[in-house]
Amino acid sequence: MAISPVPASDNLMGKALKEALFAGVIAFLMFLLFVGIETYQDINNALVWRTRWTLLAVFVVISVVGRFVTVAFIRPHLDNRKLNKAKEGIPDLSEDKGFLRKHFLKFALILMLAYPFLSLLIVGKQGSLKYVDNFGIQILIYVMLAWGLNIVVGLAGLLDLGYVAFYAVGAYSYALLSSHFGFSFWILLPLSGIFAALWGIMLGFPVLRLRGDYLAIVTLAFGEIIRLVLINWTDVTMGTFGIAGIAKASFFGIWSFDTGSPTSFVKAWGLSASSVYYKIFLFYIILALCILTAYVTIRLRRMPIGRAWEALREDEIACRSLGIDTVTTKLTAFATGAMFGGFAGAFFAARQGFVSPESFVFLESAVILAIVVLGGMGSLTGIAIAAAVMVGGTEILREMSFLKVVFGPDFTPELYRMLLFGLAMIIVMLFKPRGFVGSREPTAFLKERKAVSGSFTKEGHG
Amino acid sequence: MEYFIQQLINGLTLGSIYGLVAIGYTMVYGIIGMINFAHGDIFMLGGFAALIVFLIVTTFFAGIPVALILLIMIVVGMLVTGLWNWTIERIAYRPLRGSFRLAPLITAIGMSIVLSNFIQVTQGPRNKPIPPLVTDVYHLGGLTISLKQILIVVITSVLLFAFWYIVNRTPLGRAQRATEQDRKMAALLGVDVDKTISITFIMGAALAAVAGAMYLMYYGVASFNDGFIPGVKAFTAAVLGGIGSLPGAVLGGLLIGLIESLWSAYFSIAYKDVATFAILAFVLIFKPTGILGRPEVEKV
Repeated sequence: MAISPVPASDNLMGKALKEALFAGVIAFLMFLLFVGIETYQDINNALVWRTRWTLLAVFVVISVVGRFVTVAFIRPHLDNRKLNKAKEGIPDLSEDKGFLRKHFLKFALILMLAYPFLSLLIVGKQGSLKYVDNFGIQILIYVMLAWGLNIVVGLAGLLDLGYVAFYAVGAYSYALLSSHFGFSFWILLPLSGIFAALWGIMLGFPVLRLRGDYLAIVTLAFGEIIRLVLINWTDVTMGTFGIAGIAKASFFGIWSFDTGSPTSFVKAWGLSASSVYYKIFLFYIILALCILTAYVTIRLRRMPIGRAWEALREDEIACRSLGIDTVTTKLTAFATGAMFGGFAGAFFAARQGFVSPESFVFLESAVILAIVVLGGMGSLTGIAIAAAVMVGGTEILREMSFLKVVFGPDFTPELYRMLLFGLAMIIVMLFKPRGFVGSREPTAFLKERKAVSGSFTKEGHG
Repeated sequence: MEYFIQQLINGLTLGSIYGLVAIGYTMVYGIIGMINFAHGDIFMLGGFAALIVFLIVTTFFAGIPVALILLIMIVVGMLVTGLWNWTIERIAYRPLRGSFRLAPLITAIGMSIVLSNFIQVTQGPRNKPIPPLVTDVYHLGGLTISLKQILIVVITSVLLFAFWYIVNRTPLGRAQRATEQDRKMAALLGVDVDKTISITFIMGAALAAVAGAMYLMYYGVASFNDGFIPGVKAFTAAVLGGIGSLPGAVLGGLLIGLIESLWSAYFSIAYKDVATFAILAFVLIFKPTGILGRPEVEKV
């Protein structure tokens, strides 16, 4: 009997129809309470309810149509593609890449260096503020954090759910030391990194014996402890009010970006006053920090310690029997990852001029971890792409005021930002469980360097 | 002394709620080895289901006995929340079964974000207060015990017994335990693994829904971000007791509840969560697999 790749289509349609109806019933029952009924407080502050049948109907119809399309069209299409791929055999990964792909990194770097000036040229001073700050700096902060966490999770295979703690340590180190002692950004940037690294080691010691999910919960607990202490230790941290008026970074102590200052950058260069120069300066700082992170990561991977991290991720027992000291290996991974988190934190404090515990909630750790995994663990390019897509995507949503025309003037796209972020996380994982960049260049190889599928690298057990 | 016993009672009440949620974490972990990060939000969803059911029931049937209202709240909450968790498992976790370990963790975190934001968008970001349901208070010597607390402890005990019975004495429980020990072997011996896992998710969600309804009854308020902190604490309880172990989850829940109420009573309320997490870290240093957890055997 010949196996036909596409099953008889009327049969498929019938099946799809049945599944769609089933999905409709399920969706109706699921959304009946939460969508079909709206609870709100009336004038007397008592909780009352009203029905929203139209919205419920929209939800149910979307589920039915979605299920029908999935079963009738998307799934057979995917199956066919898989079949065709299997027929073609194993693709040759070592074939010559195109010119663009070969020089991708150089292009990316040139584009990043030119980005603030391009946005200045295209949208002018006031307009480029948004593009440099909300998009450029915001995305680069997440790129840096994700690359830092990548050292712990992607290279050493230690699942860390409390990475934001080190970000917080860095930010508060800068905020407190600069407002109490008046130290400059350029002294405090390395100091913040060192403090964060010390905290990384402090976290590392108790969790050395823990593995996998026990490690995950303790790191999560650590992140929460730091946040709760920041909230409750009001004498030092000002609690939930946060610390405001943090000094700006200066141009290496030569020019200041405060408008009133005698060494003001704007005056020195005879420019008209605008905050865009500071933002552009910050953009280059975070770009430099990112490049530093990437450079250190790439170099470390070729050093004994980096190889020990990757060996630890692949097999801890083999590691130990080969005489690798797992204690130092784990501690250095925690410390190095934490240090970059600390740098990013100090930068964050200088950029915002304000820090409060609200910026360091678990959700941030989750977002950073999601970026690392979505990008493909261990792949720097993939992580940068994931950060740009996920963070940039949610920032774009802020700008979508034209949606108000479609959904009415009450529509606030920002409300849906995190909802869509969560959905995107799920969908990307379902379709690409190995992340955007699924292939790896091995660090150590026999005879020739060949990219391998990400499925061959392990994720470690903590 | 009376003050101490009073705090013990308060801790026990809180611990019962954490224990019920912790069972959901521990069962899912035991059976498919993944941290179901969305479980805390399932608990929140159960609370909201109970809240909405309460509003509807009190509008249509004014003057209905409180016991009946509670029963309807809990039963409908269990059904709806069970359905949600079933769907979530089908959509977000099952396709990734057998994929690498972090993939379902990320979808679970994504699901947690989706659920809390879904409720925020559909039901609004403000806290939802309900009038107190059960107000009776008993005085025993110098102690005050409210009917709410008795109800919570009694309902929890009954559910735990029912649950223990299902897992240890029924064919379904046997299938669950078999799947937990060796999924492939269980499938070879005729256990419908997919169905067993689905039922496990539904059971976990049902228990979380009861916990959510009782949390609503106890505090009288529901909010879209109620899922995170109790969820993390229940997860902490599951790990403290030894993840994968059912008695461990209950024990962990009670311990967390006691630590929290005793710490708030004798030291400071502000640092009660810090104390909980610090004790977790401390216990794990000496017993890396929790109090009742089986030591992990490393195989080469």
